[in-house]
Amino acid sequence: MGKRILQILTTGYRGTLEEQDDQVLWLVHMLHNNGADTDVLLRGAAANYVVRGQDAGGLCFGDKRQTQPPDIAGEVRALTRKGVRVYVVLDDLKLRGIRRNETLEDVAFVALAELPALLRSYDQVWQW
Amino acid sequence: MSTKTLTFVLNDPPYDSARSTTALRLVDAALKRGFDVNVFAYEGAVGLATSAQTPHANVIHGRDAQSEDHPNPKDWISALQLEARRNSLRFDWVNCGLCSDERGTGEAIAGVRRGVPADLWAFVRSSVNTLVIPTR
Repeated sequence: MGKRILQILTTGYRGTLEEQDDQVLWLVHMLHNNGADTDVLLRGAAANYVVRGQDAGGLCFGDKRQTQPPDIAGEVRALTRKGVRVYVVLDDLKLRGIRRNETLEDVAFVALAELPALLRSYDQVWQW
Repeated sequence: MSTKTLTFVLNDPPYDSARSTTALRLVDAALKRGFDVNVFAYEGAVGLATSAQTPHANVIHGRDAQSEDHPNPKDWISALQLEARRNSLRFDWVNCGLCSDERGTGEAIAGVRRGVPADLWAFVRSSVNTLVIPTR
């Protein structure tokens, strides 16, 4: 059985301030670093992960400031630079008023109607 | 009923959503505006104040534990406790005892006490308003 895996991430910003990253993207980094052949599809709220210029800095409780805020777009960019293909659902970007010129380079846009063919091209699909 | 006391009811465990972080930001804002604050941590939220939480390094970020400065919610709660003390405000945090037992949640940080739903009712009666941060 093949092991080419597509990771579908729908829930965006789940615990990212506490983790200082996205838990699924972090795991994809780790899987890739350990030899997994895996790609990512961002949809729903997670489509926002490809927007450039995000800044999660400034979190502060009393005197305790967060010194290493999450850099989610940076995590996505780092994945693409490692050769992980990152797809984002175009329809979800449009719903959120996000234009293509506001997104990271090197991400691939895919329409909802194209998802069946994309999913069929993988051996396994993991829905997070 | 105090006109300067607010009660928050939290449900989500740490590291699983943004809701508890947002709730703590609201608590911080309330303390900065001179409100006494009660928190009733219910179900998974009892884990927010667990004293055994430990920061870790992050190999993907390329940072050791010190430079990662990984936040633990218990430290955020401690910072809020300090903020309250500095402003001479009351900040009372109660963990649902049964919820802690179910989960085997370890000891909570100082200033967090074990309680029962009657404590929540006492909180509500003494507060100008109560905000439930629900889970999904």
